[in-house]
Amino acid sequence: MTGPLISLRGITKTFGEGPTAFQALRGIDLDIRSGDFVAVMGPSGSGKSTMMNILGCLDVPTSGAYLFKGHHVEQLTRDERALLRRRYLGFVFQGYNLLARTSALENVELPLLYRGEAKKARQEAALAALRKVGLEEWADHTPAQLSGGQQQRVAIARAIVTEPEVLLADEPTGNLDTERSREIMQLLKRFNSDAGITILMVTHEEEMAAFARTTVKFRDGLVESVEDRKQPVPA
Amino acid sequence: MIAMLFTTLGLAMREIRRHLMRSFLTVLGIIIGVGSVVTMVTLGNGTTAAVQQQISSLGANILQIRPGQSFGRGGGGTQPQPFEVDDVDAIRQQVAGVVSVAPQVQSSGLAVRNAANWSTTIYGTTNDYVKAQSWTIDRGRIFSSEEERAGKTVCLIGATIRRNLFREDDPIGERIRIRDLSCEVVGALKSRGSSFGPGDQDDVVIMPVKAVQRRITGNQNVSMILVSVDPAYASDAVQDSIKALLRERRRLGPGKADDFNIFDTQQISETLQSTTRTLTALLGAVAAVSLLVGGIGIMNIMLVSVTERTREIGIRLAIGALGREVLLQFLVEAVVLASLGGILGLGIALGASILISPMLQIPFLFNPTINAVAFLFSAAIGVLFGYFPARRAARLNPIDALRHE
Repeated sequence: MTGPLISLRGITKTFGEGPTAFQALRGIDLDIRSGDFVAVMGPSGSGKSTMMNILGCLDVPTSGAYLFKGHHVEQLTRDERALLRRRYLGFVFQGYNLLARTSALENVELPLLYRGEAKKARQEAALAALRKVGLEEWADHTPAQLSGGQQQRVAIARAIVTEPEVLLADEPTGNLDTERSREIMQLLKRFNSDAGITILMVTHEEEMAAFARTTVKFRDGLVESVEDRKQPVPA
Repeated sequence: MIAMLFTTLGLAMREIRRHLMRSFLTVLGIIIGVGSVVTMVTLGNGTTAAVQQQISSLGANILQIRPGQSFGRGGGGTQPQPFEVDDVDAIRQQVAGVVSVAPQVQSSGLAVRNAANWSTTIYGTTNDYVKAQSWTIDRGRIFSSEEERAGKTVCLIGATIRRNLFREDDPIGERIRIRDLSCEVVGALKSRGSSFGPGDQDDVVIMPVKAVQRRITGNQNVSMILVSVDPAYASDAVQDSIKALLRERRRLGPGKADDFNIFDTQQISETLQSTTRTLTALLGAVAAVSLLVGGIGIMNIMLVSVTERTREIGIRLAIGALGREVLLQFLVEAVVLASLGGILGLGIALGASILISPMLQIPFLFNPTINAVAFLFSAAIGVLFGYFPARRAARLNPIDALRHE
């Protein structure tokens, strides 16, 4: 693989206009290699969530260039960005964000639905994804019938069911206890090393960041440091 | 895309089942709108059919001439002079464009046979009347000219009389007693079929006019003249000739009002049709308003639903749903909701019409057109009023939507 998978150059993001305008990102330069596991850290308001939204093509930068596989993402239309998310990206959120009153299986099927896959293929793929997160037996359960850790695992199954290139996780362990958090991290680590999915994860906890190979620290809308860990916690 | 539509349809059904009560209340406006409109139109059609049948049973293109001024005027002055059989002959001989002219002397009385009796209406008239009223002879014959001339006590009986006095027996040649008059049944009339309202067309005894005048009413008066107009002639022209003739015979000087009136079944029929058209147009307007209100109800709840499901929309957008796919989902939901309301409304209309028709003594006529139109209209309401909330959902910013509590 020549060149980075993701390349940010001079990314800025300003919210609002005039005197109340707030610059969340003040010029980010960052390269992310394919297959990397990146922990994004930094205090609240340092711009890490804003950057994750831009990386996830949910938001567009005010200025700067965002290259995904060498293509300029910042110039894409809303629909094109949706298609890019559909094809290459998976999302895991702090609050799980599963559809309520909908079974785990149907939740995992959802991204395949928008890919236009047939019902049978959808179900098989969704079941396989649930098996990978160890929840095959819970396929019929709705989020309300699952624990927090289980819900997050369903969310991870939903993110990886499309076999994405990049998985974006925004504080995936933020609502979980340490034991559950470790399980989630090991799961992510495994998808990173086994399936080669590039993972970008925002976290506040050093212990979770220790699973990642690279740690990017944000401060005041700028990248403070990029460190490669010699010995990340193994899966 | 087709598969997507089916999936969306399934999603919509599930969403509606999930909020069954709310969905029902949402479409209540459409249910009531469609239900009432279809019921009214169906009952309106039934009424028209019933009245049309009564009018057509009077005979097509028939003029009824009665003494007295036209409807609505109180008889302040002298009693109008009745008609006589001579007037009937005069019209027959002197007016062009009449096919047949018949007198009618009307009375009522008890018809008795053995132990059975039946209170009925007795018409004194001629064979022309039987023809003009398009009666058919089921058994037996009409009067002979000898019977008519001599005013013999013979009679034709309607199906109701036959059923009540004779049951299964053959009435021909039998005698029945009417008032204190013994009368031979020479013919049985074929039933006019279903009759509605107070006037049972089959509850009738027909006798030669002279017999009724002499033996029952006891005078020479003719209460009504029936004229069957030749379709080749304009009804108005025939009416004018009759009017002129009768004015002359009744010695009405110029400037004096007619002391008789002519009732044209054709005209009544036309008036009725135009009234029905006006009424239908009016109902259409009511339909539009009630369905508009129903549509606003749907839009209202869909907007609430979009707000309530903002997070769900955010999730869908984040994992790669296009705006138009979200739009389709909400639009389909609105259309399914509205269509279900339409179907429920049609069901209610069907039930109500079947229930109410017998009470109003009108036939129940299922009208496929109004049902189809009402259904399509309700679906169209769903598209119209579902679009705005659906577009709103589709335009949500995924980041804001995900953050929505």
